[in-house]
Amino acid sequence: MTGPDLRRIADVAALTRTGALSPIDLVQSCLARIHDRRRVNAFITVLENSALDEARRAENEIRAGRWRGPLHGIPIAIKDLIDLAGTRTSSGSALPSIEATTDAPLIRRLRDAGAIIIGKTNLHEFAFGTTSEESAFGPVRNPLDLSRSAGGSSGGSGAALADGMCFGAVGTDTGGSIRIPSAACGIVGMKPTFGELPMEGIVPLSPSLDHVGPMARGVVDAAMLFQVMKGHQPTGVLNAPRRLVLGVPGPYFCDRVDDDVAAALARARVSLESSGHETVNVEIEHAGWTPDVYLHIVLPEAAAYHAPLLERHASSYSPGVRLRLEMGRYVLAEDYLRALDLRNALRIRVDQALDGCDALLLPTLPIGAPPLGAGTVDVGGRSEPVRGAMLRLTQLFNLTGHPSIALPAGAGRDGLPRSLQLVGQRNATERLLAIAAAVEALSFEF
Amino acid sequence: MTSRIEAWLAAAIADADRRGLPDLKPLLEGLARSTENLRAADERHRLRAQPESPRKPEDA
Repeated sequence: MTGPDLRRIADVAALTRTGALSPIDLVQSCLARIHDRRRVNAFITVLENSALDEARRAENEIRAGRWRGPLHGIPIAIKDLIDLAGTRTSSGSALPSIEATTDAPLIRRLRDAGAIIIGKTNLHEFAFGTTSEESAFGPVRNPLDLSRSAGGSSGGSGAALADGMCFGAVGTDTGGSIRIPSAACGIVGMKPTFGELPMEGIVPLSPSLDHVGPMARGVVDAAMLFQVMKGHQPTGVLNAPRRLVLGVPGPYFCDRVDDDVAAALARARVSLESSGHETVNVEIEHAGWTPDVYLHIVLPEAAAYHAPLLERHASSYSPGVRLRLEMGRYVLAEDYLRALDLRNALRIRVDQALDGCDALLLPTLPIGAPPLGAGTVDVGGRSEPVRGAMLRLTQLFNLTGHPSIALPAGAGRDGLPRSLQLVGQRNATERLLAIAAAVEALSFEF
Repeated sequence: MTSRIEAWLAAAIADADRRGLPDLKPLLEGLARSTENLRAADERHRLRAQPESPRKPEDA
């Protein structure tokens, strides 16, 4: 019989409820870890005093029999792109920022459920990057190898979770910014169906692609965070079909990945099939359009938001982020409209690929976490820009709005995590979580 | 690269230079290649969406 996994919210909550574990101890252990591992640079703001105050309050409430649910007294981190009353929302930028006067609605829901916000995490400036290197607060380092990127843009949230600085986190995902750092750091991260969670109080990057979602150390934890963020009771997970049919999209998604990613996917298929599930090859027609369609939507939408800021504070941006935003000002309206039209076609193709399948199974990243400072990476013997490689397998589902979750899939020969993602039907995010829990239970360490 | 995109690229690079952003040039060149891909995809998509031959109006 195994004991409770004290890295998981689900197990810790059972102990805090009975008083066997104190929220004060949980907060203090996270604060100690944040302090000891400052080189990871996961946090921009650490809310030591308010977190300890909230922990004391939580302990008193639980002792008095007023347990609010499994998030009560649990330390959670939020990406510093999201408003938290009384703190500045820096967006990882040197641009002037103002103190938020109210919580973003989904943060309010987490706090109402008793979650304790331990701090605000570092990120790629304005969420416009995949490595979390371009931040006015310095780069986030991967806790598993400090010379490597933690992924991005929600790199601080991924690093904090992987390194024991919190028990859950909130990230945002415009082209993969929850799933990419989850893959790089070896944790679980999910973006729900587009529009499912409120984006109010969150600095936009590209409003028609932006998603917000949970990051955690397990699928049940991610499900509880998601349910609360959606305004529901955190019941956890969820019943999956007894026999899953998972579609594995071939060309574009599996032809340019490193050997360790290919091996992880192959092991997963064997493990699933030996457990009575089925994996089938599918095709997402025109998937190769993805990077061009994505670029012609994200650039002008980001440029539109930042145009007045670029006029006043251009020199305050990181050089790379500024250049990408400036590039967006040159995209023609006719090409933006073409991209929107092609995006609708891609949405239909993903729906078609899912027809007859419970979910799609594919790699999250084609590589392990890249070295900090790298401009290009080698993927299967071919050099390509880091940004394009890291976005390649995730950005389609921002275009189409399908829910998607990244799951750890063991380590490569370099010792760094590899990750697979599951993609579900639109507006069936809880069902995707149930499927992910069933897949996770196969212990793929895969 | 089509002449329309070449003309757009030349104008964009000139504008970026005028605005003191010469580092934008390689990014704009990459964007131009991507725009060419996008327009080709759009054209193929439109062709596929059209019926192969125009329908004749039915006789009344």
